[in-house]
Amino acid sequence: MIVAEQKPLDEIKAMIADYEKILIVGCGTCVTVCFAGGEKEVGILASSLRMATKLDGQNKEFLEATVQRQCEYEYNEEVAEQIKEADVILSLACGIGVQTLTEQFPEKLTLPGLNTTFLGQPTEQGVWAERCQACGDCVLALTGGICPIARCSKSLLNGPCGGSQNGKCEIDPDIDCAWQLIYDRLKALDKLDLMMQIKPVKDWSTGRDGGPRRIVREDLRLEAAS
Amino acid sequence: MKAGSNLEKVLAAGHFAATGELGPPKSADREVIEKKAGYLKGHVDAVNITDCQTAVVRMSSISVGTMLLGLGLEPTIQMTCRDRNRIAIQADLLGAAALGIKNLLCLTGDHQKFGNHPRAKNVFDLDSMQLLQMVKAMRDEKRFECGEEMEGREPRFFIGAAANPFADPFEYRPHRLAKKVAAGADFIQTQIVFNVPKFAEFMKKVCDLGLHEKVYILAGVSPIKTLGAARYMAKFVPGMDVPDEMVRRMKESPKEKREEEGIQICVEIIQQVREIPGVAGIHLMAIEWEEAVPEITERAGLLPRPQV
Ligand code: SF4
Ligand code: SF4
Repeated sequence: MIVAEQKPLDEIKAMIADYEKILIVGCGTCVTVCFAGGEKEVGILASSLRMATKLDGQNKEFLEATVQRQCEYEYNEEVAEQIKEADVILSLACGIGVQTLTEQFPEKLTLPGLNTTFLGQPTEQGVWAERCQACGDCVLALTGGICPIARCSKSLLNGPCGGSQNGKCEIDPDIDCAWQLIYDRLKALDKLDLMMQIKPVKDWSTGRDGGPRRIVREDLRLEAAS
Repeated sequence: MKAGSNLEKVLAAGHFAATGELGPPKSADREVIEKKAGYLKGHVDAVNITDCQTAVVRMSSISVGTMLLGLGLEPTIQMTCRDRNRIAIQADLLGAAALGIKNLLCLTGDHQKFGNHPRAKNVFDLDSMQLLQMVKAMRDEKRFECGEEMEGREPRFFIGAAANPFADPFEYRPHRLAKKVAAGADFIQTQIVFNVPKFAEFMKKVCDLGLHEKVYILAGVSPIKTLGAARYMAKFVPGMDVPDEMVRRMKESPKEKREEEGIQICVEIIQQVREIPGVAGIHLMAIEWEEAVPEITERAGLLPRPQV
């Protein structure tokens, strides 16, 4: 899932300073699961902002809404009326949700209430960790199912580097060395021969380095759109 | 001969090689280079020039390498994958070769997190293994990474790589070295050796794999200057193995004698690694203590350096 966390309250306050009627829009998908921008967080943020702006002597109104999936137009239609009423939209979705609202309701400014952080998973209660960088050319088959692009601090394809010690990465004793994990996994699978092969230079053009990406599936396109 | 550098000739002639290291200044002072070069000249066969080591901005490796050539020392430039993509690396290497530089050490590079610009964006387009492959192909096949053929003169380097026998997983380290040899390394410079028995164990496996016959292995050594430095390396530098015994020796020697003790330990280690089968030389890293190099090389019996 997409993992995000809320921006500091002061930063949000500064963003909305010029507006009176603010619509906070949460999202029911990834950011709900990671407790950053679901219905509950929308409610908590609205109360905090009501209180904080009142203390600052400002007269602001905060409206609340949560859609099931902010990255798709059809779900956002539900809040079209509320958007009309508001001076500004504060989105508690990932950056994709923010941009979907921006495109869909260009007459209103949509502000980001979250920092979209990474693609990852909850590893334990209250902890999330990065797992994929959407490189566009998955190498997991070669690495025992552990991603070196997202999880090795240097995205090495031929690790572990000389800084790997006691299973941890040289940059932080709290970060597992991805290549130690890969080594252990391949050893358990009796596939250590994969550690002996030189993995050639990666083609990064399938990733962000190739420019903004887009997928077109002709088989799925509607006649009129193509 | 791959590149015909002094270092390559010394090793090819079967001499026990000694390379040094020079840390460029965090400024544009040429005088610093001249001074440090003075300590190294005549005492080592080639001098490594770090490439923004520990991700701290310093004078660039190639520019200092060029200055060393003018001063009559042979440089080994270092190139990391942290700050440059394949385009910049190849461009810089063409320039380095045209300037007369013949030795190149290929590294992944330290992460920027602990450097002086931790907010920088890193590159890591390639890793050290792929960098080795690329520079070897530039030299031996006259082609760029993209496969395009090079017209005109190709950059010819005596290609080096690093190996850390003390990093984990220990059992994999000789195999990673094998990969570097297969990728194109002509010589290897190891992480600083303090734990000699562990290094010997590593070298035994390296020799069992027959790697010592395919690549020249130079054992990294370094004098410890202070007790604080010994403790710091023992505790905080990932991939560094400083036995308690060494820290104890530093601690037990009187404060004013500690530098001498550090040099003594270094000399002993050089003599010990020299006896280990498969070791073709030493790489002396007296970073920010270059003035210790003449004494260490003298006492370790490494002088005079061979003329080849
Ligand atoms: S290899 Fe690429 S696609 Fe596969 S998990 Fe890693 S970043 Fe994601
Ligand atoms: S220690 Fe491991 S995870 Fe960290 S940079 Fe090196 S190989 Fe990658």
